[in-house]
Amino acid sequence: MATKEEGQQHPLSIYIWIWVLLFVFSTASYMVDYYQFQGYLRWNLILIFMMLKAGFIVAIFMHMAWERLALITAILLPPLALLVLIGMMSIEGDYTYLARAEFFGVDEAPVVEHH
Amino acid sequence: MAQGSGEVATNDAVTDLVSDWSAEKEVFKVHWGKAMMWIFLLSDTFIFTSFLTGYMKVRISSTVPWPNASEIFALSFGGDPIPLILIAIMTFVLITSSGTMALAVNYGYRNERVKTALLLFVTAGFGLLFVGMQAFEWTKLIAEEGVRPWGNPFGAAQFGASFFMITGFHGAHVSGGVIYLTYVAFGVLNGRYEKKGYDIVEIAGLYWHFVDLVWVFIFAFFYLW
Repeated sequence: MATKEEGQQHPLSIYIWIWVLLFVFSTASYMVDYYQFQGYLRWNLILIFMMLKAGFIVAIFMHMAWERLALITAILLPPLALLVLIGMMSIEGDYTYLARAEFFGVDEAPVVEHH
Repeated sequence: MAQGSGEVATNDAVTDLVSDWSAEKEVFKVHWGKAMMWIFLLSDTFIFTSFLTGYMKVRISSTVPWPNASEIFALSFGGDPIPLILIAIMTFVLITSSGTMALAVNYGYRNERVKTALLLFVTAGFGLLFVGMQAFEWTKLIAEEGVRPWGNPFGAAQFGASFFMITGFHGAHVSGGVIYLTYVAFGVLNGRYEKKGYDIVEIAGLYWHFVDLVWVFIFAFFYLW
């Protein structure tokens, strides 16, 4: 096939850079725990560093950034369905928690601090 | 759609998307093995997300406080215990292996056989190191701390089940990857892919990067949250 793309070939430097970035982000997310950030600051920082790492791994190491849209959409869109599962299970989890608290009582921890 | 010149006729990615799917021919203009690996990884994404969602559900539902991972996975090197240090080291080991894997793919396409094989062996070696540290972690948790799938001394009983299920399944993936990479590395060394081309290294690389990717989410949601 004339239009068949050649294998992914990119300069080494881009891999090295992403490698360094992954180390930086991992260290940063470890520091979130080490310095015991709590509450929304902690959760937001964890999520930001996680998404950055995941994004760079998929885009650069797994070459998604250079693939055609047919492959990108076929692989990256279906997992969005999982957001529905996650949403439903978090509602269900809250319901189970409230039902348990109502009928069996809560073990020492106050109601809002169950995470 | 016929393209007379044999080159991509347009830069419009959306037009490409429509023509790729509607042309009654192969959709993914990549090595078939690469397309299949991506589809396998997509299914694996659903499996791991289901595990993590299950963990989220039992953790939200628990009326007993969730065990503090920061303290449970602390390790002491003679002095005060350092929180979560073993997990941090495991994370760095896996990222390092991802880097060597990316380099292996690159050298593979340059037909540098020995360098590619060497980098694959190094990657598999880091994978083994990771599994070894995980075995140490499990042993410590089971034998010393008394964590079981049905209960533990720290808090919510579901902690053990979630932990063994999620990290166990991930560890199995790493172990499988080590075997896979070792097989490919010997093939590269013996010139098995000289004629077929070095797509196999990129395909194996996709699997390995995915294992690292899953760990990113496990690290965030199970160990840090």
